[in-house]
Amino acid sequence: MILLYSLLALGIIALIFGAILGYANIRFKVESDPLVDQIDEILPQTQCGQCGYPGCKPYAEAIANGDDINKCPPGGDATIKKLADLTGKEVKPLAGTEGEVAEPVKKVAYIREAECIGCTKCIQACPVDAIVGAAKHMHTVITDECTGCDLCVEPCPVDCIDMIPVATKPENWRWQLNAIPVKQL
Amino acid sequence: MDSLIEKIKSGYLWDFPGGVFPPERKKLSNHSPIKQLPLADEYIIPVKQHIGHPANIVVQIGDSVLKGQALTQVQGPMELPVHAPTSGEIIAIEPRISAHPSGLEELAIVLKPDSLDNWCEKSPTPNYFTLSKVELLDKLKQAGISGLGGASFPTYVKQSNSQPIELLIINGVECEPYITADDMLMREHANEIVSGIEIFTHLLQPKLVVIAIENNKPEAIAAIEAACSGKTKFVVRAIPTKYPAGGEKQLIQVITGQEVPSRGITADLGIISQNIGTAYAAYKAIVQGEPLIERVVTVTGEQVNSAQNVWARIGTPVQFLLDNQGYKPLKKPRVIMGGPMMGFALHSLATPVAKMTNCILAPSDKALPAPENEQACIRCGYCADACPASLLPQQLYWHSKAKEYDKAQDYKLFDCIECGACAYVCPSEIPLVQYYRIAKADIKTEQLEHEKAEKAKERFNARNERLEREKQERLDKHQQAAESRKKAMAKDQGAQDKVAAALARVQAKKQAKETPEQQETTNKTAQNVADSAVSQDTSAKATAAAAIARAKAKKAAQAKAEQLAKDTDKTPTTEDSAQAKAKAIAEKIKAKRQAEAQAGSDAPAEPDNAAVKTESDNKDTEQGLTPAQIKAKAIAEKIKAKRQAETQAGSDAPAEADTVAGKTESDNKDTEQGLTPAQIKAKAIADKIKAKRQAEAQTGSDVPADPDNAAGKTESDNKDTEQSLTPAQIKAKAIADKIKAKRQAEAQAGSNEQAEPENLANQTETASPKNEPEPSAATDVKSTETAENELTEAEIRQQRVKAAIAKAKAKKQALGDK
Repeated sequence: MILLYSLLALGIIALIFGAILGYANIRFKVESDPLVDQIDEILPQTQCGQCGYPGCKPYAEAIANGDDINKCPPGGDATIKKLADLTGKEVKPLAGTEGEVAEPVKKVAYIREAECIGCTKCIQACPVDAIVGAAKHMHTVITDECTGCDLCVEPCPVDCIDMIPVATKPENWRWQLNAIPVKQL
Repeated sequence: MDSLIEKIKSGYLWDFPGGVFPPERKKLSNHSPIKQLPLADEYIIPVKQHIGHPANIVVQIGDSVLKGQALTQVQGPMELPVHAPTSGEIIAIEPRISAHPSGLEELAIVLKPDSLDNWCEKSPTPNYFTLSKVELLDKLKQAGISGLGGASFPTYVKQSNSQPIELLIINGVECEPYITADDMLMREHANEIVSGIEIFTHLLQPKLVVIAIENNKPEAIAAIEAACSGKTKFVVRAIPTKYPAGGEKQLIQVITGQEVPSRGITADLGIISQNIGTAYAAYKAIVQGEPLIERVVTVTGEQVNSAQNVWARIGTPVQFLLDNQGYKPLKKPRVIMGGPMMGFALHSLATPVAKMTNCILAPSDKALPAPENEQACIRCGYCADACPASLLPQQLYWHSKAKEYDKAQDYKLFDCIECGACAYVCPSEIPLVQYYRIAKADIKTEQLEHEKAEKAKERFNARNERLEREKQERLDKHQQAAESRKKAMAKDQGAQDKVAAALARVQAKKQAKETPEQQETTNKTAQNVADSAVSQDTSAKATAAAAIARAKAKKAAQAKAEQLAKDTDKTPTTEDSAQAKAKAIAEKIKAKRQAEAQAGSDAPAEPDNAAVKTESDNKDTEQGLTPAQIKAKAIAEKIKAKRQAETQAGSDAPAEADTVAGKTESDNKDTEQGLTPAQIKAKAIADKIKAKRQAEAQTGSDVPADPDNAAGKTESDNKDTEQSLTPAQIKAKAIADKIKAKRQAEAQAGSNEQAEPENLANQTETASPKNEPEPSAATDVKSTETAENELTEAEIRQQRVKAAIAKAKAKKQALGDK
């Protein structure tokens, strides 16, 4: 009899917890893989495709599915380190390089407007719609929106697009240790 | 708050944690009165001298301006104008070294004084209390007044705070060593300062105004107290001398005992603080109508003879200030803008005085030794004792150095006021503040980049959505169009009849095709068929003849392509009409191409299509053309076809390619009859080169796809240009083709070894209008030159455009091969 009661009690408890878990599963359902979003957050969002995937999100998905974390040249070592922290993988040097790489230089595209023939090819190539212009009229880059992905350079038939490193301004200048006398009085 | 105000009124003072007591050295400069300076040779006025955004420049180079005239105009929030410090001419608007620790260049307006120093029209309002708050704030804004204590925050923004303000603190502490600018200003202009403070009280309506002055400035305290006598709301408070008591947060703590919350502002506590200098500037702006064009600057240090405070106009080069005080540079001269604790070393003495510049310090090495070797942190903890913000500087230092910025932020890195007290006490001489500044800059950059990345992601997603939508819309449109067409057809009986008629025509054509096929069994050569076609005169019959030729050639080609080529060489010597000849050749080649394509490639569908296309083109173009033109066209097509066929037949047969080249040449010889010599020559050269290119391409590269593409493109080019062109134009085209071919061939041949330099050579070659062909094509030199001589300018331009396109193409191909 005791056996029956205990079985019954356990069964009821199991049912209750099962119901709670089932409800929680529906109520707090996670729409997408949170890992993918976290990885996507770390990636620099240049959408350059240098990793071999058509954008940062697809690469994030690939990493979540076990791809290497060292395929993002614009992100450089900092991104690889963060990805390693997140995914628990080992830090590797950037794919295609041996050991230490110089920090990626941030660049923006610049169209030499006098030479632009207005073919719109770069507009079609830009992943973030940062080039404005119309057919047979010169185009120009919205530098604030340009991610420096290089994708517009290749399609240009007259090679009038340059990738220019972002100039250092007082706003984005970094203090240098030895620029100022430090021993004060 | 009320009890607090009572407590403040009673004279109670609090204290802030930490702090240091560096040697004051204020005696150097606080003995002589503030000096008026002569005009400098030029004034460099940076467009942005405050926290926020620069305003729009409203003057142009060459404009003459009056003293006090606005050079920029405010349009957005957090903007402040700058004004001409004297009358003169704008001689430049360009980036100049700015008063910033980076020493980077920022946009500045350069003014050359005319030595008249004429004021613009001033609008003084001594009865400012009749103005509304908005008007008064606008006046402060238009006068370009920002906080003169060091941060240069726009004063009108601070004063338009919407929170109720209980306490206004006027900061006359000036705690940094060496600096005496505020001290001297208070001594000499106490009444004006108090008038300025009254403007602020009119705007903010605080319950109490506390004027805080360090107790090492007794003269200043006395002067201000005298000016404040009889004003019940005003309290002058002498506070103990301790660095950094002049810091806004520290001063509030001393006066009220309250701490400004982390990442909060003082207005959250119902307190606003303003500098003494700002109050004076506000008085000048409102009561006298003079914008902020000059300020008191302490020029001091052991390198100047007469350390003194001066009225420096905004934009005065530092060099000029120092020279006026007898500057004697040492061996390694060091000039600091700001105080020794928080200032920065200047990169150049051409740096102008800005609104926040309160001191130019040129110390001796003995008084202010240069930085020595940094040593390891010994965890002594002195820095933590000295920190006025109760932070743990050594922890911040470890994490900042290791770039563990999240941990540094956990230790409240952003609550550091960068006063330098920790570095001052550090026995290991670690430049702690610099580490914090680097860390802060890095974190800010990271945040900015993250924001940008978010924006890029958004834009990327929006673009993908748009592309998807457009695709769907296109599909829908096509579907709709197809449906409406169907409907229209169903309705319109006449249209149906038309379709039926068209179908009938096609049927008839087919039948016509069948008959010559029977004929062909008896007659073996293609030429004969063409002859028979020509014997019939009507155009309908001509088409039929073409069909016959095509079908026949196809069969023959399928049997043996090489044989057919030989036939071609033999046949055209007869006296047939040029038209028929051309057509026949064209058809033959097409057939050959088709045949070879089928024999050699896995996907015969594409060349077939191309053949069909050329066919239709022929129909279009051949009507109304002269026989000679048609002939030329036919030859061109023949070559094209051959080339295409060859590429498809297989890349591992260089021998075949060679024979093609030879064949083409002989073909050309045959067809030259009936054309003008020049035309034929041009064409022949073009063809030869095309063939050569093909041959080289095949020997040099393993990938036949590229030349194929190029061929396709050339074809389309030809299509466009050859219709109803003059002979001269055709000539130009031929030359362009030749160049194109050569380049392409070389690019491909060289791609295995070293494509770049050769390409470059080619580019320069084509860039000059006179082409010097390569030795390999030496036989063509003569004809090229003669052809070129006859070119008109328009054609040269056309040629250049083609050359440019070819250049780009070749470059790309070379890159691709690489």
